[in-house]
Amino acid sequence: MKDVSIVINGTVKKARVEPRLTLLDFLRDHVGLKGTHAGCEHGVCGACTILLDGVAVRSCLMLAVQADGQEMVTIEGVGGQFDRAGELGVIQDAFCEAHGLQCGYCTPGMVLAAEALLAENPNPTEDDVREAISGNICRCTGYVQIVEAIMLAAQRLGSRNEAPSPSPSLSSAS
Amino acid sequence: MKPIPFDYQRPATLDEACRLLAADSNARILAGGQSLVPMLSMRLARPSLLIDIAHIPELTRLDETDSQIEIGAMVRQAVALKDPLIGQHIPLLAKALEYVGHPPTRARGTIGGSIAHADPSAEIALVAATLGAEISYRDGDDDVVFSADAFFIGPMLTLAPPTGCLVKVAFPKASAKVGVGFHEVAPRRSDYALASAAAQINLGADGTVTAIHLGVGSIGDFPERLDVDSLLSTDLNDAALSAAVTDAIAMIDTVDDLHASASYRKRVGTALAIRALRDARNSLYKDSAA
Amino acid sequence: MAEKTYKFLSQPRRPVEDRRFVAGRGHYVADLERPGMLHIAPLASYYPAAIINNIDVSPALAMPGVIDVVTGSELAAAIQPLMNGLDTPAVRRFPLAVDRVRYAGEWVCAVIAESRAIAEDALETIIVDVTPQPFVLDAEEALLPTSPPVHPDHGSNVLLDKKFVWGTVDEDFAAADHSLSFSVTWGRNATVPIETFGVIAEWNGWDQILDIWASVQMPKYSDQIARCLGLAGNAVRVHYDVDVGGSYGVKRGIKHATLVGYIARKLGRPVRLIEDRLENMRAGDAHGPERKFDVTVAFDEDGTIKSMKMRALDNAGAYAGRAPFQLGKPIGAIVGPYQINSVAYHAISVTSNKTTQEAVRGFGQAPTNYALETALDRVATYLKKDRLAVRQHNLIRADQFPYLIPSGSTYDSGDYHTVIDKVLAEADYSALLAERDRLREEGMMAGIGIAACLEPSGGNSSFEPLLNEANRTSTWMESCQVNIDALGMVIARIHTTSSGQGHETLVSTILGEVLEIEPSDIRVTRPNSLESLPGNSPVGSRMAIMLGGAAARAGEKLKTKLIAIAAHALGVAADTLVYQGGDVVAPDGRRHSWQDAVELAHRQFHNLPDGMDPGLAAFDIMQVPTGDALPVGGKVQMYPCYSFEFHLVLVAFDPVIGRPEIRSYTVGHDCGTVINPAIVSGMTYGGIAHGIGAALLEEFAYDANGQLMTQSFLDYLMPSSHEVPAIKIVKHCTPSPHTVFGQKGSGESGYLGAPAAISGAINDAVAALGVSFEKLPIRMSAISDAIAEKTL
Repeated sequence: MKDVSIVINGTVKKARVEPRLTLLDFLRDHVGLKGTHAGCEHGVCGACTILLDGVAVRSCLMLAVQADGQEMVTIEGVGGQFDRAGELGVIQDAFCEAHGLQCGYCTPGMVLAAEALLAENPNPTEDDVREAISGNICRCTGYVQIVEAIMLAAQRLGSRNEAPSPSPSLSSAS
Repeated sequence: MKPIPFDYQRPATLDEACRLLAADSNARILAGGQSLVPMLSMRLARPSLLIDIAHIPELTRLDETDSQIEIGAMVRQAVALKDPLIGQHIPLLAKALEYVGHPPTRARGTIGGSIAHADPSAEIALVAATLGAEISYRDGDDDVVFSADAFFIGPMLTLAPPTGCLVKVAFPKASAKVGVGFHEVAPRRSDYALASAAAQINLGADGTVTAIHLGVGSIGDFPERLDVDSLLSTDLNDAALSAAVTDAIAMIDTVDDLHASASYRKRVGTALAIRALRDARNSLYKDSAA
Repeated sequence: MAEKTYKFLSQPRRPVEDRRFVAGRGHYVADLERPGMLHIAPLASYYPAAIINNIDVSPALAMPGVIDVVTGSELAAAIQPLMNGLDTPAVRRFPLAVDRVRYAGEWVCAVIAESRAIAEDALETIIVDVTPQPFVLDAEEALLPTSPPVHPDHGSNVLLDKKFVWGTVDEDFAAADHSLSFSVTWGRNATVPIETFGVIAEWNGWDQILDIWASVQMPKYSDQIARCLGLAGNAVRVHYDVDVGGSYGVKRGIKHATLVGYIARKLGRPVRLIEDRLENMRAGDAHGPERKFDVTVAFDEDGTIKSMKMRALDNAGAYAGRAPFQLGKPIGAIVGPYQINSVAYHAISVTSNKTTQEAVRGFGQAPTNYALETALDRVATYLKKDRLAVRQHNLIRADQFPYLIPSGSTYDSGDYHTVIDKVLAEADYSALLAERDRLREEGMMAGIGIAACLEPSGGNSSFEPLLNEANRTSTWMESCQVNIDALGMVIARIHTTSSGQGHETLVSTILGEVLEIEPSDIRVTRPNSLESLPGNSPVGSRMAIMLGGAAARAGEKLKTKLIAIAAHALGVAADTLVYQGGDVVAPDGRRHSWQDAVELAHRQFHNLPDGMDPGLAAFDIMQVPTGDALPVGGKVQMYPCYSFEFHLVLVAFDPVIGRPEIRSYTVGHDCGTVINPAIVSGMTYGGIAHGIGAALLEEFAYDANGQLMTQSFLDYLMPSSHEVPAIKIVKHCTPSPHTVFGQKGSGESGYLGAPAAISGAINDAVAALGVSFEKLPIRMSAISDAIAEKTL
């Protein structure tokens, strides 16, 4: 067993874990954050996507012990938390507007992939968007309305002067 | 799909990593994890100990020497993709990196990991083999260097010493005037390629061709450098390219599997190698008639 | 026909479910934690066929953290086999292999442990002693009496072998100018959701209730669990508020729930089984139709197709599952959208030593459409006529509805020619042809694909009595309960799980329309099966029709009551009143508001009309429209409503690389009145993506040793954002006469026609070389190899 200390959505989480525990299972089973999903557990579908230091990565391809000392954001860290629960971030809201989802299972990964893209490239082309989500498989939507959602989000973010999330989770929340 | 139980260590130095490796014959190096962790989850990899080399400072170095760019084993693919030294001096690698995996896997995957894992369709391994990069291992107290064009010997099989840790990969700097070409095809973009080809043509200061590098990946058991030195005595016309490539690929036993037939891999490997060479040539001579 | 304008229906509106999903606050089965919950890992067999001699589980039981191990023999002694839809009692299926292994990967025992990781550790210690047996993988071989029967007691591998002759087939063939024959094969694939199947079961001995939470899309789920486990029907409580991460037909979960339910009762602790991806692909509810079609059509020189003979041979896998019935449902649209006069249909379902097939989106319609559209293309090629023109010539015309097809179904409404004209205009058909020719001049292979297909919708299990005379079921119902509470807020209950179809949005929109109140003020809940009225889950593209219908009818009952209360309060006759936005207005302008009615109904019984009960609640249980008879003489009305789709695609590829790229995709879609535009278009785009996968990428492929080669997503390739192009949907609306708002189903749209269209495009591209592809998926390697062979 190893001790880990990982910052998740601005909060430090300490735990004692088996080395074989994936970061995905750590988030879901030890931290109780269920929004990151297991789709394949071998790094293809992208349903397990989180943001590690702002970059989209697959949490099923990391061990919790590797993440010791690192900071990450899960889908729960996007949008309003605590007293602002129920508020959607701009990207989340755009997904609702464009109905860029159906069953919702791939959606957290898609939203985070979009967050990572728009943080780095605020004016993506449709090709840029398709490339950014190419590692996230969706079986419901055929991607069309997902691309529309992300383009809409880019447009809306561009016309405000605001970060994608109402409470960016790398700032101190506790 | 949970891995078997194993131990985990996070050495701070290369010496410590090697010591751990030597002490346990069932220990494995963990770099980016993008290839190893799925194998752990499927219980295909069954180590007793994982040695995480991500926190060894000397392994993330990226250095320039007179003739080479030395890329530390832990340099992330995403970092390499954006690195100006690589962009300027190893344009073939910069081009190939665009084809490696997806943005999330490039964020974690490493140059060294791709080489050590030695998947037959690994783009980084292909470029290394094509350019004859030097692959440096530390094995106990010894430093061992392999030439990439002889390092890969089978699917996921290399000459790497079992107790060795990959330290860096040194790519030769391209000449000032250089043309490169890279092609790969897969059922979906960014899948394991069915065929891939990398080509580089170096020009000397006087404008003559000093070297032609060509390699094919994915079609056989490992990425291979092809000998097309016969082209040095030609003007690189299309017919000459075609003949040299066809000749060079003839001896490769191409793989037959669910996704593509052996004849497909040979045919398309040939076509891509020719296209890669043509691209390299055309980018050099784009101002004159090709 | 002028389209009616609705206040809320067909208007852009955000689906209400989306909010929780974008926040990562869905409620999927793997998210649930029950106190003391244990975890199951099943042990997969290796051989495709084997006799089980012994299973030594003692090393596993000795491991710390392992609670129990259950084998098939224990199960078989304790529970009933899974229900079989056909009359094949010797084809018995239990959740674990009993006596024999019948496919590689079949689960032979289940380890229950404190964690999934420990359970998997324990699996590796179990010793299974088997004697391998001969096996059969190919359907044609399985048909032969010499093939080893997967179920020896059944005597053969034939589950179903039924012939139908509808109309004057022999005469039509004799009289026709020409005939041609061909074969096409739909390779084994399925809609593979990103969430695998999972189920949690918990037995409460004090209440004598078995609670089930499952990622399921299946009618009669609680019934079948109860029957298998020998429990009373009201002792099983399935929780419908579990969000399902995609299903598209496959998640039946009955073997999983039976296994887990049994274990939960045995151990007295909650237990869960969440399939990992390897388990799912190899032994879960994951595989779909694998079907070979032999088709002969009789046609005249002018292109009129008079008659068709179709033999459909389907490889069900090791157990019956739903596979045989996926041969039956397409009977309801066996001629597609065409005026074919007579049909002979031979449906054969065989067992083999492959994984069992389950239901897939369309329930056999997509493969059948692939065969039908291939027939149309072949007839056109034979006659050297344009493929589009031959279709237009044969299509049922708008003035011919309602249209009775030879197999007994009546198509309700449609205007196929107009949809096609709209698509041709939108896509600029002549420009598309010019682009195809330009690409060819550049040395690319390029082709145009066309598919005109029906989406039967509304559901109706009449294919079951059609294929099994012992089955006398004609009821296929759905229900909705609506309550206006003491504060005047509306709550509706729906009695099913959903997997992304937006049923909460569907019901609140329809209730809002009927009651003329804001849909977003309406809360829709999903109770559990004990609190529910009957329903049959979202299968057969039925919910817009059935759930929408039940909700509308319940809403109308409430509206009638509101008017009656107002009539009494205002002292006027009910038929003089106007219902307006929730209020009721008298001829003299007096207004009895919604809140007035709530006050009277909930608190002033003395002011209600005589004989009226208090409260404001209604429910409706609705039978499927047109579903009022059993089959007669091999004919029956299948589904009530028929949506139509027309696909026009341009595909191009490099002749050496062989990778098809979709350069243009336009689809015309008519599903009658649309309840929510974004939900419907989302279905169509998603269906097309599934179709691209089926046509080009996806296959559950087996090797000669009976091993599944595509066991993970590394080899089972699904379209990513790079493989699904931009798609243009052209809409049309011919309302259904059978539904309240004229709505038809759209849950299978896109999928039913895309494979046919893409296959047609590739074949158009290679036709000049004399190449044709007759099996899906069409891989790039096969394309390149075929071209190379012809151009050597």
